[in-house]
Amino acid sequence: MHLLEVNEMSIQFGGLKAVDDITFSVDKGEILGLIGPNGAGKTTIFNLLTSVYTPTSGDILLNGKSIVGNTTWQTVDSGMARTFQNIRLFKNLSALDNVRIGFHGLEHYSLAATLLRLPSYWRDEKALTQKALAILDIFGLKDIAGVQAQNLPYGQQRKLEICRALASNPQLLLLDEPAAGMNPTETQELMSMIRFVKEHFDLAIILIEHDMSLVMNICERLIVLDYGRIIARGLPEEIKQNQAVITAYLGNPLEEEA
Amino acid sequence: MPKKKIRSYLINIAAALLVFSVVYLALQLGWINSYYRSILILICINSIMTISLNLATGLLGELCLGHAGFMAVGAYTAALISLNSGLSPYLSLTLGILTGAVTAGITAFIVGIPALRLRGDYLAIITLAFGQIITILIRSLGFTGGALGLNGIPLLTDFPLTFWMLIVTMYIVYALIRSRQGRAILAIREDDIAAEASGINVTHYKMLAFVISAMLAGVAGALYAHYQGVLTPEKFDYNYSIDFMVMVVFGGMGSITGSILAAVVLTILPQLLYGFSDYRMLLYSILLIALMIFKPSGLLGQKELSQRVFQRLGRQLWGKKAQTVPAETDIPTTVVDEDTYLTEQGSGDSGVGGSSTRGQENLPVSGTPIAEAEGKHQERLGLDTQGDEPLARKQKGRR
Ligand SMILES: Nc1ncnc2c1ncn2[C@@H]1O[C@H](COP(=O)(O)OP(=O)(O)OP(=O)(O)O)[C@@H](O)[C@H]1O
Ligand SMILES: [Mg+2]
Repeated sequence: MHLLEVNEMSIQFGGLKAVDDITFSVDKGEILGLIGPNGAGKTTIFNLLTSVYTPTSGDILLNGKSIVGNTTWQTVDSGMARTFQNIRLFKNLSALDNVRIGFHGLEHYSLAATLLRLPSYWRDEKALTQKALAILDIFGLKDIAGVQAQNLPYGQQRKLEICRALASNPQLLLLDEPAAGMNPTETQELMSMIRFVKEHFDLAIILIEHDMSLVMNICERLIVLDYGRIIARGLPEEIKQNQAVITAYLGNPLEEEA
Repeated sequence: MPKKKIRSYLINIAAALLVFSVVYLALQLGWINSYYRSILILICINSIMTISLNLATGLLGELCLGHAGFMAVGAYTAALISLNSGLSPYLSLTLGILTGAVTAGITAFIVGIPALRLRGDYLAIITLAFGQIITILIRSLGFTGGALGLNGIPLLTDFPLTFWMLIVTMYIVYALIRSRQGRAILAIREDDIAAEASGINVTHYKMLAFVISAMLAGVAGALYAHYQGVLTPEKFDYNYSIDFMVMVVFGGMGSITGSILAAVVLTILPQLLYGFSDYRMLLYSILLIALMIFKPSGLLGQKELSQRVFQRLGRQLWGKKAQTVPAETDIPTTVVDEDTYLTEQGSGDSGVGGSSTRGQENLPVSGTPIAEAEGKHQERLGLDTQGDEPLARKQKGRR
């Protein structure tokens, strides 16, 4: 059984088929790259996987169970977490609180425990804070745990978003252009962090990224999208040679000459 | 409960007791006349209303334009119980406060069902309508006394009762905010899409905050009914709701102490301006506009007047010269979270409470740079948590 199975998934926005009959699967411990030109439908696929949108047709199975029709938070509970292409942090809250909010589904003390400050409140809060700091530490953000998210430099905001996603203890992590806006050094650093995170937390990752060196380096398999359809899939080396991909990215040289 | 917490809770209780005893003594000795006594009670009731509205608006981020409606539900419920139950006065008052909270909560639940499931400002519109409907409903129902209202409600609300109800309200909202439920509520205010993507059931927590907010308004209403003795539907109209919204904005969205400060100022101010008769509302409005121009985030913004502020103030007064703040004063810092994080810092080596083995190799040890860095942040804002430690360390480092 695959961790994630997507079967003939499509979504239509008015007259536009943003995602068109897509089938793929992801296995435990794998990093799958999702690439394609602007507007190809990559982010829309993430929105479908996390139940932000409901597919017009097709099915999505996580651990063999269909998650179509779930709400987003239920999908998170069943083991999927994501980051956003345009960073969505809780801006006025501290980095630490951002991560602690990520733990939401794993903490269960009751409202009564909160209002009466019962022992379960103190116990859980303490354990949670330790865990959140440990995650921040992996990304070198422990020192800024108390800083408001909106005051962090861009690169750290991107990392913090990954920390928050990791806090929900996902089996599948969806990263939407995590290196966007980072300089080459930061990108390098991020790459090794992603690798480390994959091993350490034992997850599968789907990575959307425009930075080809990052993608080719880190992904075991690639899927290339164009106009909502899969135009190629395979190992990074194969994709580099693929004529359809080159055309999609560079345009058809013959057409342009004509 | 961690030792530091016990201390801080004790200090807060002591502070509340101190304020209470001073005012109470002054009342008993007749230093405060009955006119000011009734203003004091009104301040407490308005504070409860403002804090409760702040929970819905400043902390959850939903605009509620009919908060006086929930107050009316609580007020009428409690008044009817007092007038009809035949129980002893204080028993019926207690019952009235509790039932008033519950009926207001149920009303909010019903109002919230259609509005809170949707994104956007639906709640503002629905609560606006609710505020209108409730006054019309009260006017047309028989048992609420119709347009004439209810008379002869026993005047049982005194200063001690309202004061301690205000303290309870503050406690509830603080306790709520510093918890997983409270963080969920703040997360929704910040970004509901990201909140849901973090596993938060957004509708559930919106409803939770909204219902608690309305329940507190119901309590304020019950107190108000037994303070005024008379209830008429007009009292709870749109303008009254807006008064509370003004207080929330004036004090600072999301600041509990700011809400109290605003309730104090904006309850007293109209009284002070009484002599200006015709110009009263004009002056009042000019003041509000001025505040919004010079401090758009309200008196306290999102910050709180807390023990730390006073500690720092004390330190400065005792000449221990808090070190000169470096130029980058706008260095960010956490507002909501100064406590748990810092107190947990030192105990990093005591294990991780049975959690998984996620990268805990480098758990913080007290005295690590982070404690220092945090100390700096805190210090700059005057929000020092760890007594003198970070300061001392910092000064040493500078020499
Ligand atoms: N909610 C929506 N309503 C209508 N059209 C949409 C919606 N969301 C996405 N689209 C359209 O679907 C197409 C795919 O968008 P998507 O954001 O998935 O692209 P992308 O591959 O992530 O591109 P980029 O690399 O620029 O992020 C675009 O044409 C976009 O305009
Ligand atoms: Mg995209």
